[in-house]
Amino acid sequence: MQILMIPEIGHFALVIALLFAVTQSVLPLVGASLRRPLLMAYARPMAAGQLLFVAIAYACLTASYMLDDFSVLNVANNSNSMLPWYYKFSAVWGNHEGSVLLWSLMLAGWGYFAARYSRELPRDVVARVVSVLGMVCVGFLLFILVTSNPFERILPNVPQDGADLNPLLQDIGLILHPPALYMGYVGFSVVFAFAIAALLGGRLDAAWARWARPWTNLAWAFLTVGIALGSWWAYYELGWGGWWFWDPVENASLLPWLTGTALMHSLAVTEKRGSFKSWTLLLAISTFSLSLLGTFLVRSGVLTSVHAFANDPSRGFFILVLLGITVGLSLLIFALRAPRVSHTVSFNWLSRDALLLINNIMLVIITVTVLMGTVYPLLLDALDLGKISVGPPYFNALFVPLTVIMCIFMGLGPVARWKQTDVRMLVKRLWLAGAAALVIGMIMPFIFGQEWNAWVAIGLVTAMWIVFPMLRDLYDKTRHAPTRLAGLKKVSLAYWGMQLGHLGVAVTIVGVAVVSNYNIERNVRMGPGDSVQVAGYTFTMTELTSRQGPNFLADRAVIEVQRDGSRRSFTMNPEKRLYIARGMPMTQVALRPGFFRDLYVAMGEDLGDNSWAMRVQYKPFVRWLWLGGLLMAAGGVLAVTDRRYRRLATSRDPEAAAPAGKPQEATA
Amino acid sequence: MTRRLLLLLPLAGFLVLSLFLYQGLSLNPFHRDSALMARDFPAFDLATLEDPERRVDRSLLATGELTLVNVWGEWCPECKREMPQLLDLSDRGIRMVGISWKDTREKGLGFLEEFGNPFEVNIFDPDNELGFELGVFGAPETFLVDREGIIRYHHTGYISPGDVREHILPEVEKWQ
Repeated sequence: MQILMIPEIGHFALVIALLFAVTQSVLPLVGASLRRPLLMAYARPMAAGQLLFVAIAYACLTASYMLDDFSVLNVANNSNSMLPWYYKFSAVWGNHEGSVLLWSLMLAGWGYFAARYSRELPRDVVARVVSVLGMVCVGFLLFILVTSNPFERILPNVPQDGADLNPLLQDIGLILHPPALYMGYVGFSVVFAFAIAALLGGRLDAAWARWARPWTNLAWAFLTVGIALGSWWAYYELGWGGWWFWDPVENASLLPWLTGTALMHSLAVTEKRGSFKSWTLLLAISTFSLSLLGTFLVRSGVLTSVHAFANDPSRGFFILVLLGITVGLSLLIFALRAPRVSHTVSFNWLSRDALLLINNIMLVIITVTVLMGTVYPLLLDALDLGKISVGPPYFNALFVPLTVIMCIFMGLGPVARWKQTDVRMLVKRLWLAGAAALVIGMIMPFIFGQEWNAWVAIGLVTAMWIVFPMLRDLYDKTRHAPTRLAGLKKVSLAYWGMQLGHLGVAVTIVGVAVVSNYNIERNVRMGPGDSVQVAGYTFTMTELTSRQGPNFLADRAVIEVQRDGSRRSFTMNPEKRLYIARGMPMTQVALRPGFFRDLYVAMGEDLGDNSWAMRVQYKPFVRWLWLGGLLMAAGGVLAVTDRRYRRLATSRDPEAAAPAGKPQEATA
Repeated sequence: MTRRLLLLLPLAGFLVLSLFLYQGLSLNPFHRDSALMARDFPAFDLATLEDPERRVDRSLLATGELTLVNVWGEWCPECKREMPQLLDLSDRGIRMVGISWKDTREKGLGFLEEFGNPFEVNIFDPDNELGFELGVFGAPETFLVDREGIIRYHHTGYISPGDVREHILPEVEKWQ
């Protein structure tokens, strides 16, 4: 009997979590303004309590999935008794209600850890930060309880079996991509809360920036991995071989990534130089706001997208109100209070400060461009000017040149000095790197054995212009050490993180440039015995078979692939699956991945008389796209492990940490 | 003072954007995108599920009577769940036509025997011929076809008892 009550326990736990969140958002804030330590001390226990009860609710929903409790509407609609256990586990977040619950769980988690690892900060700052995080949690928990209850029952007519998980989502991609992405979105709530707390408290110093940086980096790294995984998933799962579609929801994840990137750089200036404070605050608010906007776009159904969840205008309205309150209030506070914390520090127009400012401006321009393209159809429709969808041509025409311009400054940034840089020094150190990038980048496209392509050349020059100056800088940094190795050891982890992150950008640019321009695609009719040649590989269909999976039937082709001039061959097995419960056909792509090229075979339509429309593709350097993403994320994480943050993370004892905290306050 | 105004700029931008988003909420893309709305029901020539000898075509739907066309399959659990609602609609005197989609004849007839048959007749479409013309991407889907055989309303997915009250019946009344 008790098993049957699991959904009710989960629902009840959510209500309790909401009460915790309300207390968490009210008492510490009141305490901070009245300077009452007792009230401020509510912050941490309330954050912990909230996390506990959201986790209980989440565990209950997961249990309902694992136990095939089809009396729960959410389970009945998104699971099936034939589904393998790991997809039952991940099906929890493959739907609107469950994914919002995961959102809330992560939000509570970030809130808890932010409260826990903040002991060396002044009490009132912690109280405000935790309180702001609590308010965001209240919004999301209310959203779940009012419009998206995942524990709703269908009684008394309990279905025999569930409707099954959408076959598109039955994939390792689903297990990894949404949690990573949400961790990123939600993670930016911490730096957002920090920004609001700084505005409310009227204090923003180097300690503040140093404290906010690791959280920002971590959230950004998660978001980067999430986006890369999403792109990789779309690539092999949708069967078209594309890796980015400028779909509204993809854009929704790119927007906070862009401002988040700007924020990381702006925070660096705020920490080192005490300037750019208004920028930093605005970017912190914008980044989280754009995460919320993304949520709105996905879940309200205002834009058509492959990702759209079931549409419900009442949900959309609720999120819009939530968005309005959160973002509107934050921006209002920003407008009123920013002058109190801002502080002008002079710098020359050729300095790292200035280059980072340009970087920020470029990123913001790109963000606005993408945002406009994403909501443009909506604007036109609302103004009754007709229905137009802005496709990839718009985005490519603007995004690519803007990125190239930004990368020109990106090459200079790490080499330039703070405050002022000598032009002659810069030229002396960079002319070689620049010339090498230009020459090698121009020549490289010839080596691929295809015709020379200007975009590939530009891409390669840009990528090398990012990498070569960094190498030069590393060379200069280690020159005065007794040995090179000793010099390398002295370089800080934060610096390595920056290097790795920038290297990731360069690697991604190479991947994008090459695969976009040297991709080869053949659509052919093939039956057993037919063969086709693509980019020096011969693909021969040897037979057509069929097989039965756990919850699907599949037509399967056996393709023998041989590289010209080589004896060895290998087989590829693309499939066309029919998922039984939903009657939904799916293309299962056959991939032969490689560091320098992917081979990609997908089955299209059955053309009758024992032959199929097949799509065969040769995709050079496509892996570099995601490899670059992983390098960027690794760079972000590496920077967090730098010594000056590590001290913060390990000092858990408030007494022990106090002496360390004091001088920082004094210097501010 | 100009600095103050500058700082208010993000807020102003956001307010304008949210106005548009609010507008957008009332414009449902699913309604916008249904290409068949207000068009003739597509032409077809298929046998019925009940009688392989009997061929039916578009004239089945332009009889001067309003018809609900429901796409279903034996393999589809949501279709089983919505059968009580469909029987209820048929009891209210609404003419119902089924499309037995991507199924075998034997299984389709078994389904009707087990879950009841609200349909005047079922079009047998094992190879997704009519389904393709209709742009069906998953069962169940339901189309409201008016007296002249023009599609007036389209419901994607499961019809709940609430949907019957809030969407189906008002639409039927509207086009009666």
